Amino acid sequence: MTLNTVADPESALVDPRFLDAGEAALVVEFGDTVDPTINDRVLALDAVLRADPPAGTREFVPTYRSLMIHYDPLQIDRDSLVAGVRRAMGAVVEGRGTAATWTLPCCYDPALAEDLDEAAQILGLTRDEAVALHVKAAYRVYMCGFTPGQPYLGGVPEPLKISRRPTPRPPHPAGAVLIGGGLCVVAPFVMPTGWYVIGRTPERLYAAERKVAFLIQAGDILRFDPIDLATFRNLEQRAASGEIVARKRVA
Amino acid sequence: MMAASSEAIVRVLSAGPGATLQDAGRHGYLRFGVTAAGPMDQLAHATANLAVGNPAGSTALEVSVGGIEVTAESTPLHVAIAGGEFALSLDGRPLPPAVALNLEEDAVLKIRAGRSGSWCYLAVAGRFVVPTVLGSHATHTRTGFGGVDGRAIVAGDRLGLEPSGASAPSPSAIVAPWLDRPLDTLRVVLGPQHDYFADDQIAAFLAGPWSVSAKGDRMACFLEGPRLRHARDYNIVSDGIAMGAIQVPGDGRPIVLMADRQSTGGYPKIATIIGPDLGRLAQARPGVAFSFEAVSIAQAVAARREQAALLARGIVVEPLVRTHLSSEFLLGLNLIDGVVGVDAFG
Repeated sequence: MTLNTVADPESALVDPRFLDAGEAALVVEFGDTVDPTINDRVLALDAVLRADPPAGTREFVPTYRSLMIHYDPLQIDRDSLVAGVRRAMGAVVEGRGTAATWTLPCCYDPALAEDLDEAAQILGLTRDEAVALHVKAAYRVYMCGFTPGQPYLGGVPEPLKISRRPTPRPPHPAGAVLIGGGLCVVAPFVMPTGWYVIGRTPERLYAAERKVAFLIQAGDILRFDPIDLATFRNLEQRAASGEIVARKRVA
Repeated sequence: MMAASSEAIVRVLSAGPGATLQDAGRHGYLRFGVTAAGPMDQLAHATANLAVGNPAGSTALEVSVGGIEVTAESTPLHVAIAGGEFALSLDGRPLPPAVALNLEEDAVLKIRAGRSGSWCYLAVAGRFVVPTVLGSHATHTRTGFGGVDGRAIVAGDRLGLEPSGASAPSPSAIVAPWLDRPLDTLRVVLGPQHDYFADDQIAAFLAGPWSVSAKGDRMACFLEGPRLRHARDYNIVSDGIAMGAIQVPGDGRPIVLMADRQSTGGYPKIATIIGPDLGRLAQARPGVAFSFEAVSIAQAVAARREQAALLARGIVVEPLVRTHLSSEFLLGLNLIDGVVGVDAFG
């Protein structure tokens, strides 16, 4: 992460766009593309604001390229909020405070990787090549969204980048690992999808009864560890009883 | 849903689709992709709760045009209904659409779609006893969060309560003129992506006329009216979505994102309906025409302050008199149900 508030007149950090999403939400926009540098700025501002939230702010929602601040306009007016955000940007420091690196077990057995062969064929790869590419990469969690605990992952190797399906496929099971639109996601909830299911993790990225309900945060790094079907079944049982079966390393 | 040790029970005799338990919403987890849910018409939800002495954001039953029929089991309940102009009756006798009453054991309270409005709220004095999910009772059926096992209410459900003991002359009309809201014009703040549209498209957006499609639900209201053209690519990199955001996908047909919206999304949002006007949109029936008016943040905040002040004064109820039921309304009931009048309410 290369963040500081000096010198660079081109830096979006110096002057992000402040956009209104109604009278109770403010968008702090650092760019309009999927870019690790832009995302770093979003996450750095998010971290500073969360550590010391201005009175009247309600929720901070980091996305690829912007931070949405939900606020109560009867408690803090827009100008004061913007001033608070500018002050917070002055407190942004280099380094990635809370980022963790996760290794997520993932089973690529055709029994669970329902669309792996189809995706590999479209990409002109063998199944094994596709899996090797997916396992080799490190993924950045740009944001979480769509369903509870679902991370959007950048860092998909070029040969694995695949467009979305022209029409959605039937619902996938919980824990599906999907690729589509040049990205990868891990989907904790059963949903229909326009993406391709290339594996499944036994880990539960959201578990209401677990002390840590949500495992992964925006800014974390994810890797996938290939496991066979028997290991998957075993880890799935352990995860069901509340155990965290992914491995975490804090930077 | 079995109510085991609770003192009081609302028993659901019949329920149309779309009835759910809602509190003020599940807040604080948008960053993890958790939908806030909460009431479609926050003003009506708060009004019903305040009318029975509950805090404004308490858990209440949100009822769709599918209607519902309930009774009290084991002990009488003090309840209030407010929202759209629904057709209510107690043991077959008509009631005005905003009313507080004591629901005696085995008395049948029937809520059906009326002349206008899409949602109404049944609040009960006390606290519903259902599990809390991430700090809230709000039902979000797509993820199975909150309410009764994360699902809509169905016939046979028995909703347990800890009653508060509040009561009032029964039945009483709720004096809430602010719920009589014509749809005509909805106020918006332009943006956050109105720069994806040329000026003539912004003008077309504001002028409409618009109406809501019948396919809307708690997640979104689909607008029917002029097709809007984007000035540039309509695929944007996902960013946050506020309730009331009006996104315009590639086909140029705007969609207003409501209580069950996802936390983020990838279409340009031309404008955002101001908080105080969201309930009016939620109550819109298909075919009723309206337009948009762009206002400043300051104007939107002033409207919000005004609405908060209305509720802060408290809810007045008054004994029911014949004038609470319009002659047109009574005539309709007479023709349909053979019910004669409200003299029994004295």
